Formats: sequence, structure tokens, C-alpha cells
Amino acid sequence: MSRTSFLETVEEAVGGIEDGSTVLVGGFGLAGMPFDLVDGLIRQGAKDLTIVSNNAGNGEVGLAALLRAGRVRKVICSFPRQSDSHVFDGLYRAGRIELELVPQGNLAERMRAAGAGIGAFYCPTAAGTPLAEGRETRIIDGRLHLLEYPIKGDVALISAHRADTMGNLVYRRTARNFGPVMATAAATTIVQVSGIVPAGSLDPEAVVTPGIYVDRVVAVEQRHYTVEGAR
Amino acid sequence: MALTPDELAAVVARDIPAGSYVNLGIGRPTKVADHLPAGSGIVLHTENGMLNMGPAATGAQIDPDLTNAGKVPVTELPGASYFHHADSFAMMRGGHLDVCVMGAFQVSAAGDLANWHTGAADAIPAVGGAMDLAIGAKQVFVMMTLFDREGRSKLVPSCTYPLTGRGCVSRVYTDVAVIDVGPSGAVVRETFGITLDALSARLPVPLRAAASS
Repeated sequence: MSRTSFLETVEEAVGGIEDGSTVLVGGFGLAGMPFDLVDGLIRQGAKDLTIVSNNAGNGEVGLAALLRAGRVRKVICSFPRQSDSHVFDGLYRAGRIELELVPQGNLAERMRAAGAGIGAFYCPTAAGTPLAEGRETRIIDGRLHLLEYPIKGDVALISAHRADTMGNLVYRRTARNFGPVMATAAATTIVQVSGIVPAGSLDPEAVVTPGIYVDRVVAVEQRHYTVEGAR
Repeated sequence: MALTPDELAAVVARDIPAGSYVNLGIGRPTKVADHLPAGSGIVLHTENGMLNMGPAATGAQIDPDLTNAGKVPVTELPGASYFHHADSFAMMRGGHLDVCVMGAFQVSAAGDLANWHTGAADAIPAVGGAMDLAIGAKQVFVMMTLFDREGRSKLVPSCTYPLTGRGCVSRVYTDVAVIDVGPSGAVVRETFGITLDALSARLPVPLRAAASS
């Protein structure tokens, strides 16, 4: 058997997350958001967290609820401001939360670098913009590049469709988004899935995240949530 | 007559070569999809991890796991593929995407783009994938009205809003003119309901007419 642990409850899955941790949280809007794990983290109580996620919470649920509970010191994300990001907006305007704004592709690639053991990389994104201020640059092939450092997590919380008992993961449609990258970039990767199947029942050619990246898995009931912009 | 947003979307769609891989930005550029000719072989990319995205989902088609970059439920077309975020942005940055269409606050005659931040002190900045797209796609088309509500030109000698990217825009599609921008300045390809002279009189940048084709 693999060294991936399969837990019975969300409480066990998020156990041991320490104050001051950097937590990578998957999802793009609601798709792929590990709601059960984030709710578990709220109950677990870790504070002074740095959250790395594409957005900074929607409505009152998930990351927004974690923020409202006062557990988050800093958010590293690409798109905090949304029509329903009022929890983040309020904390930011009150100076009660720090924001590091990172272009979406750099956010993904910096985590990819962390997971792949890359010390840093040069990238042309954001060169010549206000986000480049104070940054190390180099001209490569006649083009200005910025030096980008990896973003490594203490913990990743992600949502996948199914796991097998080796910890291999498959995802569903655009809910895949940041999951596979975050799974590689954290010391402990915790995954919620809608089902766990026996080893051998996932097509090895179709496995997206190999079990080597997966530390803990918990099966949760599929949650029905409203979709933004549905008509 | 100046073009309506739908008419402008049709003009942009007309200029996208058959078989292109294309990313359409959130908002006005999304309309371009409605005007792409059937059978053109154009493949839409959405940066949250999909190629060959289909139209918006309705009714029973709605699946919370399948959205576009604007988080609106969409559908998949036969031959669609899914991939993670690092691959999705590698695809743009690596120069594999032929065209991206974005909105803008301002574009300079040299092709600088400002579309992520008004610079207002109380604004909460949000950049999303705009900076990655701007420097990644082979051609960046901007769709915007040429003048803001106060009648000021959004095509400018030099952007006053914070930049998204330098020298990255190749063409600007507006309600009154289609204008190429870049190292050789602003070149007017076509106008809608206004003469080149009248347009020149209203813009703060020198304009040249494109060699007639």
C-alpha cells in the first residue's frame, strides 16, 4: 500500500495544521474549491495563516468564512476583488490583512517551481508594470524578464474527483485548475474527493496527480452549491 | 455610424484566421464567440484550464465544475481537453496561443496596455491572468470604445493608468475605427461613420492611413 493516509473524517484530515502556516487552497471561484477542508480548518482553529489561492473568497463561505473568522494574516492571490468578495474587501480596506498580488500564470508557475525543485526562474509577465517595482530583472533574447521565486506551502488543501487507494487522483473538468500544481508544492497535501476506488480501477494513463504527491485523503459527500452567473 | 458592441464583435470575429487558438477576455470580448463562423475550426481557450470551450451552459447543462474564466457555466465541444493552471499559462507564455482579445482602459500608440487597475487610491487591485495573456499571445487585440464617458481618447501617446504590459497590443478595435498600434505608431485600418481627418482632429496621437489593400 501507499503511504497516503485515508481518513474517516475532515477533522482528522486537517489535524495538526500549525499557526503561521502557509496554506495553498485550490479552486477557481467555486470550481475545485475544497469547501469541506476549509470548513474543517476553521473548526481546527489554526491562525496567523498565509493563504495562497487564486481568489480571496466569495460570499460568506469557504475562504471568505476563514477570513471572517480572523485566521488569515496574508493572502497571496491574483484576483481578490470580485462582485461578492466583500469579506476580503472590508478587511483589506481596514488594513487588517496583507495582500501580495501575483499574476495568475506566475502564481501557478511559482508553485510548479516549488514542487519541481526549481530555485527561481525568469519570466516576462509583469515586466515594465507596477508589479515589477524593486524586482531583479534580466534581458533574455532581447526581452525584459523578472526573477520569480517559488511559492512553497506547508499544507495544500485541494479537491479532486476521485482517489484510488494508492492516492492517485483524477479531477473533473475545469475543477482541476490549481489542484495538480498545489499538490506538488506543499509539504503536506490534503485532498477531499467524492469517492475512493480500489487501486487498479483508475486508468493509469488518465491519472492526473500521482499518489506520490498525496499525503491525506478524505471522502466527502458531493456538495450542491449555486453557480455564479448561472442562468 | 459608430458600431454597436455586437457589430464590433462581428468585426473582430471576421479578422480571426480560421484554425486559430483564441482566448477571449471577460466582458465585451466574450461576445466575439457569437460571431465566429461555423466550421472555422477556431478553438477557444479558457485560462482556467480548457481548450475547445463551447457556448454558455443553460438549464440542465449547468455543471459547477465547468466554467469559463469569468466563472460563468459553459459547455464543452467535441475534442475539448482539460489541463491544470500551470499548463494553461505555459500555453500562453510559450507562444502557442494565436490571438487573445481583451478590454482596456487605455492603449498607447506603441502598443502599451493598461487594463487592470485605475490607480485610484481606494481601489483593490486585481490582475488575474491579464498580464500573462498580454505578453503571451502571438497577437493581442483590444476591444474598447475609443472615447471614455468624458469624451477623452483611450488611445493615448503614453498610458497614465498602471500598465498591464509594454508594447504587447497589436490592434485596437473600437466603435469608430480599427487601428494597428506598435513600434511604427498608430495606423488606421478602417473607420466607422467618421473620416480619417475628423478622427485625427479628436485623437492625441498622430494617425496614418493603412496602405490600401
